Amino acid sequence: MTQQNSFLGFVHRRRRGAELFLVILALVVGIGAYAAVGLGVEGEVPADILGYGGWLAALTVACHVVVRLTAPYADPVLLPVVAALNGLGLAVIHRLDLAYETQDKAHNYAQQQLVWMTIGVGLFIATLLILRDHRVLQRFTYTSGLAAIVLLLMPMLPLIGREVNGARIWINLGPVGLQPGEIAKVLLVIAFAGYLVLHRDALALAGRRLLFVDLPRGRDLGPILMMWLVSLGVLVFQRDLGSSLLFFGLFLTMLYVATERPGWLVVGVALFSAGAFFGYQAFGHVQARVNAWSDPFAAWETGSQQVGQSMFGMAWGGLLGRGLGQGRPDLISYAQSDFIVGAIGEELGLTGVIAVILLYGLIVERGLRAALVCRDGFGKLVATGLACVLALQVFVVIGGVTNLIPLTGLTTPFLSYGGSSLIANWVIIALLLRISDQARRPVPDLSQESEETSDAETTQVVNLR
Amino acid sequence: MSELTLFLIRFAYLAILWIFVLSAISVIRTDMFGARMPSPGARANGRAGKQPKAPPRRRGSPTHVLVVEGSSSGERADLAHAPILIGRGTDAAIRLDDDYVSTRHARIAASGDQWFVEDLGSTNGTYVGTARITQPTTLTLGTQVRIGKTVLELRK
Repeated sequence: MTQQNSFLGFVHRRRRGAELFLVILALVVGIGAYAAVGLGVEGEVPADILGYGGWLAALTVACHVVVRLTAPYADPVLLPVVAALNGLGLAVIHRLDLAYETQDKAHNYAQQQLVWMTIGVGLFIATLLILRDHRVLQRFTYTSGLAAIVLLLMPMLPLIGREVNGARIWINLGPVGLQPGEIAKVLLVIAFAGYLVLHRDALALAGRRLLFVDLPRGRDLGPILMMWLVSLGVLVFQRDLGSSLLFFGLFLTMLYVATERPGWLVVGVALFSAGAFFGYQAFGHVQARVNAWSDPFAAWETGSQQVGQSMFGMAWGGLLGRGLGQGRPDLISYAQSDFIVGAIGEELGLTGVIAVILLYGLIVERGLRAALVCRDGFGKLVATGLACVLALQVFVVIGGVTNLIPLTGLTTPFLSYGGSSLIANWVIIALLLRISDQARRPVPDLSQESEETSDAETTQVVNLR
Repeated sequence: MSELTLFLIRFAYLAILWIFVLSAISVIRTDMFGARMPSPGARANGRAGKQPKAPPRRRGSPTHVLVVEGSSSGERADLAHAPILIGRGTDAAIRLDDDYVSTRHARIAASGDQWFVEDLGSTNGTYVGTARITQPTTLTLGTQVRIGKTVLELRK
């Protein structure tokens, strides 16, 4: 019912003041974490807190000002939540840097992450400035689909492709490495939305009924089969379980949302189970993940220690955590990227992890809300898709880290160390803000244009009486 | 750094984190209920783009939507229940049995004392007169709205 906002005579307010208030609180969360890390590890507030805090504040306030100028009706909660998560992530990565330093494994992850965040914020601002109406993106349906496939294929190319930890998802661009799959997911959302908004009636109406669900027609299965094959290709050739799951889950959700037909979910889950079974049978790395999931401490002996380590960390953290700088999150391998939630669980405890998950919940809720309020089908689908990307990613990663599902290796949005993912997620937030701005803006007043017709109407009334 | 200080820092930080979460939620809450119905005096301070409240219904204003052409001809819906959803779906106020109509095809709703028809992203479009509409379009008494093979009109 919310979609009938402006017609019911209720109008969304701009809420930029509320956003500014939340942005300031978010900065307290981010910079406070940095200070707490310094206090916990070195016993004093870090010397560079002014420079660091100033830069973080400048970036966040710049975002706020751009939103104020270009998207005045946009959702007030999204930007502060993202800023808080990003700030917390930076502080935890900085904390891990300090721990690695004492072990002579010095990295400058936090500094690099801050550079990536700056680029991400730059892209966020550019997206809001260039893209004044999200419906323009519908023109690029097939272009972005093609670009996404090219990006997905790039790591397979011999010269620029690079294999890291068994997954071939990286490309080298001069000194920097990128994961093109992260950027591809944004393009895929646009492509799916553009395709589904045109074809959803065909996909929704035809089909026969079996038991309690309407199954789709055979010839309409084309797109879902193609997407299934692409996901399997990612799994087989790039050995990237997480992205494979993400792409297929994304397509399935968007298909379901567009057609409102549970039949697609049945087909999709069947295809997914077939793919998962095949993957388990054929690939050692899938089997290793499943074994580490079913019994993390038995897998400890065979080399898969991450999940066990993260569970130890979270158990040691308990309800309230050890306090920032007081735990040993550096014992978890890849604590700065995939397992950052394990590190947060150790130092901030269950209380902190719940807060983080709630913040993700808020982002997803605001995304879906923008989809509900949005007036055009394309915008609805894009917003749903973007919210769904974040939701799936958070579920897959945090589920993996907490041993709810087999670990699949995706980045935790905004928290994890990883440039491609960070900039892609900032662009996702910019798109969500743009759609929510369009959706919450009051309908243009048409009364001036239609003055003539209203005159005609009064005349008509007199005549009819 | 004493144990106690660290303990206090730990609690203070968790408190800050939760204060942030709760304020975000409270902003969402005020966003839900704060988007209030505009009052008659809203026009004076209508900075936030508030719309004036509908004046008391004039005597010549439409009271219902009538299907004048097509298979569901004769069906009607009272405008008092606006907004009115038109489509093949079960939740539509005017349910059309027409192959060229989408599940949720269009909506007729009021803004001020004007009536609008808005296409909800249908496949075959909504036409006012001969033009396919791309944004909410005003309707007056007797304007013909074509949806698929069906024609609707506002009636007194």
